Amino acid sequence: MSVDKDTVRRIAKLARLALEEDRIEPMVEELNGILAWVEQLKEVDVEGVAPMTSVVEQRLKMRDDIVTEGDNAKALMANAPQGQDHFFVVPKVVE
Amino acid sequence: MSDPTELTLAEARDAVAAKKISSRELTSAFLKAMEAARPLNAYITETPDRALEMAAASDERIAKGQSRPLEGLPLAIKDLFCTKGVRTTAGSHILHNFVPPYESTVSQNLWNAGAVMLGKTNLDEFAMGSSNETSFFGPVISPWRSKNSNAKLVPGGSSGGSAAATSAGMCLASTATDTGGSIRQPAALTGTVGLKPTYGRCSRWGIVAFASSLDQAGPITRTVRDAAIMLKAMAGVDPKDSTSVDTAVPDYEAGLETGVKGLRIGIPSEYRVDGAPLEIDDLWTRAVGWLKSQGAEIVDISLPHTKYALATYYIVAPAEASSNLARYDGVRYGHRAAGTEDLIDLYEKSRAEGFGAEVRRRILIGTYVLSAGYYDAYYLRAQKVRALIARDFSRAFQACDVLLTPATPGPAFGVGDKTADPVAMYLNDVFTVTVNLAGLPGLSVPAGLTAAGLPLGLQLIGKAFDEATVLRAGRAIELAANFSAKPTAWWRAA
Repeated sequence: MSVDKDTVRRIAKLARLALEEDRIEPMVEELNGILAWVEQLKEVDVEGVAPMTSVVEQRLKMRDDIVTEGDNAKALMANAPQGQDHFFVVPKVVE
Repeated sequence: MSDPTELTLAEARDAVAAKKISSRELTSAFLKAMEAARPLNAYITETPDRALEMAAASDERIAKGQSRPLEGLPLAIKDLFCTKGVRTTAGSHILHNFVPPYESTVSQNLWNAGAVMLGKTNLDEFAMGSSNETSFFGPVISPWRSKNSNAKLVPGGSSGGSAAATSAGMCLASTATDTGGSIRQPAALTGTVGLKPTYGRCSRWGIVAFASSLDQAGPITRTVRDAAIMLKAMAGVDPKDSTSVDTAVPDYEAGLETGVKGLRIGIPSEYRVDGAPLEIDDLWTRAVGWLKSQGAEIVDISLPHTKYALATYYIVAPAEASSNLARYDGVRYGHRAAGTEDLIDLYEKSRAEGFGAEVRRRILIGTYVLSAGYYDAYYLRAQKVRALIARDFSRAFQACDVLLTPATPGPAFGVGDKTADPVAMYLNDVFTVTVNLAGLPGLSVPAGLTAAGLPLGLQLIGKAFDEATVLRAGRAIELAANFSAKPTAWWRAA
């Protein structure tokens, strides 16, 4: 399988990554280089093998549903590129 | 005392405890060495004021007889660990101004043990790289040079800053992280010891995430004993990381010198790859002889799916990275593009400006292999091959206790030599990446030099949570190899 320019535009859109028009063709080549290389996995017989999702053989732990760290809005806002009071400010999304 | 920056962590610990040197004197010596070694670009942020404050506090505790295990010992922290009030960049433009309001569990564990922070070390952007050349803050230059050459070499990556700082006497030891080889490969290239613990041994909380099922924190040190000391302080279960494992942390130093008599050492035939330099193969063969003469039993084993590990990794890791890096949106923290039209435009431009070329490439690969219509062919298949790679190891460990392999397919290479071809760069991790996929502990130990005078490392791979045996075998290699080479301090004259 390989990608074309439209596919690269589509995945860039999905990834919310602006890609200038003159960067698309080189990216097609770079991605196809990597995809051609991972094609080798096709030759492995994976019939009946369960996919591995975690190397830790333990159930996810549950914790009590309680507030552990509250009232730290100020600290959370400290790194905001743009904020007002305790709100993150973004361009208008509703007309 | 001669030059305190040449001490090992264990020697410094004993010297501080015996009051032969104060933490303040020790810390000042390292701060001076860091300043002199700035041409190597190993640190992104130096924290001299905090270091001296922590050292003064340690000296007070020592005076009162209240010393903790790492009291007053100056360390470097990879700039992927969040440090409260100290800028944490992950080597990326997108986090160039990020000051965490909290501390990572691993670094907090080190401060609780009395350690002193010297600063934050350089790394490949979001730990994606094998040469430390993808950092927004510029490449790290290796303290090592080939004989009769002034050419700049890479320190390996992604923990290139930690490896260079440890090798060049800019810290006693450092923290690092390893997703596909990012502790062990730079350690091998810089003549240092690198330990990637079992997945779940150290908490990942507060470490900037790359690929969550593979990432693990560990130390880069100058000796195997120092790695044992560091791991003891870093490791432990953490309620904030649900994948950290509640298994007692042993005293790794205790059994270090017990030798390898009767230990079964597995030699995987698949790690003998075509095109690898003869020097690597020779060193590996020599090491087999060392262990045999110390009473170990050598067992030939097979890990048949080894050759598929890198391709598996380059599906699984980008898939997880594309998900993890979705959080960088220019809204809550980090870089935001100026003059954007609407919210989508703000996301797209902030991310395009904030991420470098390698990170963008991996986000796109990850998005593609997870997208509708391709998920089964790529991601699901890779997860199945990953299960086979892990099964190879569990079968091998029925016949042996620890595996011995080369750490890397070659010594350090030149800055710029491999940046044009992503796949050529990825091949650096051919011997290390299998260990992450299986979640096992791996240790890189310096064991020899090439004819050009560059370090080569060997790798020991252990059973899950058997770091003690890995360290014991590593100590045996260290003793036999008697590796004492150090880089000449050319940067001091520069």
